[in-house]
Amino acid sequence: MANNQNARYNMREFLAFTGSNLLEDGKSVFVGTGLPMIAGMLAQKTHAPNLLIIFEAGGVGPILPELPISVGQALTCYRGIAATSMHDVMSSCQAGFIDYGFLGGAQVDMYGNINTTCIGDHDHPKARLPGSGGANDIASFAHKTILIVGGQSKRTFVNKVDFLTTPGYLSGPGAREKAGLPSGTGPFRMITQLAVYGFDEKTKGMKLISLHPGVSIEEVRDNSSFDIIIPDKYTVSTEPSDRDLEILRKDIDPTGMLIGK
Amino acid sequence: MEVLHEGKGQLVGWHDPDENREYVLHNKSRALKDKTMTASEAVTKFIKDGDFIASGGFGHIRVSMNIIYEIIRQRKRNLIMAGKTAVHDLDLLVGNGCVDRVEVAYSFGHEVRGLSPASRRMVESGRCKVIAEISNSGYQWRFLAGMMGLPFIPSRNLLGTDTGAYSSCKVVTDPFSGKPINLIPAAYPDVAFIHVHRCDIYGNCQIDGIMVEDFELARCARKLIITTEEIIDNEIMRREPWRNVIPFYVVDAVVEQPYASHPCEMHGKYFFDEEHIAEWLALSKTDEGVQQYSDKYIFGVKDFDEYLEICGGLKKIGFLQKREAMRVPLVTPWRK
Repeated sequence: MANNQNARYNMREFLAFTGSNLLEDGKSVFVGTGLPMIAGMLAQKTHAPNLLIIFEAGGVGPILPELPISVGQALTCYRGIAATSMHDVMSSCQAGFIDYGFLGGAQVDMYGNINTTCIGDHDHPKARLPGSGGANDIASFAHKTILIVGGQSKRTFVNKVDFLTTPGYLSGPGAREKAGLPSGTGPFRMITQLAVYGFDEKTKGMKLISLHPGVSIEEVRDNSSFDIIIPDKYTVSTEPSDRDLEILRKDIDPTGMLIGK
Repeated sequence: MEVLHEGKGQLVGWHDPDENREYVLHNKSRALKDKTMTASEAVTKFIKDGDFIASGGFGHIRVSMNIIYEIIRQRKRNLIMAGKTAVHDLDLLVGNGCVDRVEVAYSFGHEVRGLSPASRRMVESGRCKVIAEISNSGYQWRFLAGMMGLPFIPSRNLLGTDTGAYSSCKVVTDPFSGKPINLIPAAYPDVAFIHVHRCDIYGNCQIDGIMVEDFELARCARKLIITTEEIIDNEIMRREPWRNVIPFYVVDAVVEQPYASHPCEMHGKYFFDEEHIAEWLALSKTDEGVQQYSDKYIFGVKDFDEYLEICGGLKKIGFLQKREAMRVPLVTPWRK
C-alpha cells in the first residue's frame, strides 16, 4: 500500500474495516478466526448493530465485549441468543440460514478456490497447514462467501492451488452445481491489501471492483500469477473514519494482537 | 445408488451397525454403578496402544488435559487421533510421539497464536502421518452417524474438492433429488475423553456453554472417560433433567479433577493460561524443547494436582478466574 496510508491506519485495520463494510444489518455471518471476527465486531458496533454473528462451535448471536482468541471460546455465546453445538450451526448453514461466510486463505486461484492444507505434495508436504477447519463447510453453504487474503502476491494468488481445500467456483461456470454443491453459492468478494475483487458473472474469474487508495493497476497485476479481470469502470475503496479506527484500537483489539503492527 | 466418487483417505473407526449394536449390548451397561476412578486408572484401563481416540471440547477449550498428560506419562504409542477441532490437545500428543496418525479437519494450528511448531514438525519429518482429510462439520457428522447407529450420513459439503478426494467419504447420486451428494461414514472412536462442569458418580453430566461436538461424540464412543470439575449428587441431577447433556449409560469412567482443563479455557470458570501456552509454543520449536517441557510438567510430576502447583497454584488459578470474568485485561505473550 502507498505511504500516505501509514500515517492514519495500518493495512490490517484497513482490511478489517473493508470487510465490515460488506456486512449488512439484520443478516447472519459465520465468522472464522482472526480478521473475520474483527470485521464482524466492527460492523456490529457501527452500521449493523443487529448483525447475527455465528460461531462454528455453537455460539449464536453474541454481543461481543472483547475480541475472542478462539472461535470456540466462552465469549462466543456472551449475551448470545443460544449456545448449542457445531451440529446445530452447521446444519443451519447447510439449510440456508447463513447470509455471509467469512474466510481467510493461504493460497487462492482465480476462481476463489482456497488452499489451507499443504504446500507441496500432500503426502510429503513442504509445509503442513491446519486443514479445512470449518472453511470447506462455510464456503459450500453460505449464500455469500467473503475471502480475506492479507498478503496478495504471486505466491498467494496462484494459477493452481497445491491443494483445493475449500471450494470457490472450482473449474469455472457451472462446476459447483455439477459437483452437487448448493445452487447460488460461491465466493462473493475477495479482499486483499491492494483491492476489493468480485467474481465475473459469466466466467466466474476474479474481477477488480475497487482499488485501495494509493494503489495502482500495475501493483494489482504484478502481485498475481493469474490474470485478474480489470473492467473499464472501478472505484476507489472507502477509507476508515477516525471513529472506526478508535473502535478498532480501543474497543475491539486493545492489545493489538491481530491488528497491531 | 450409483457411487460417483470414493475418497482415498483411510477409513478409521468405522464399524458395521449390527456389529456396533452387539458391542453396545454387551459393553455399555445400563446399570447405575459408581464409576469414579483416578486419571491414571482410567488411562490404564481404557486406552491401549493403537487406539483411535477423540478429545472433546474445542482443542484448547474444555479439554481433559489431565487425561492427555496421563497418556503421555504412560507412554502410550501408535494412537490414531481424530483431528476434529484439535489445537493444544493434539499438539501435545503428537509432539510427544503418542499419536502418529491423524484424520485432519483442523490440526497443527493454535488459531490466532499461529501454527503449532511441534506437531507440524512431526508431520513434515514423516514421524506423524495424515491418513485422511475432512472438515469440521464432516467430523461432527461422522459422530452424528455413529450416535444414530448408522453406517453413514449424507451431507452437501466436501464436494468437488481435494478435501473430499482425500477423505474417506463417498459421493453418490441422491435417489430423491438426482443430484450428487456426499456420504460421511460413521465414526465410533475406541476412546473419547470429555471434560464437563459437573456430573454424578454414575456419569450423568452437565456442561455450561457450548457443547461443540460432545453431545454426539459421547454417544458414539466405544469407551467414554468423563473428567469433571466437581461431582454432585444424583438427586441434584434429577431436579432439572433438561440440563443433563450426557447420560450415565454411555459413560465408562468418571474422574473428578478441578481445573482439569488447564492451560485451556473452561467456560465461566477459568481462562486460557496464555503464559503457559506461550512457554509450550516457544519450547516446542525443537524436539529437545518438547522433552524439556514434558520432563518439567508431565514426567517430573506424579499427578495433575502436583502439576497445578508448579504452574502457579492458587495464585495462578485466581488470576485465570478473574480473566475469565474479564476483570483483568487480556495478555498475549506469544505475540511477537
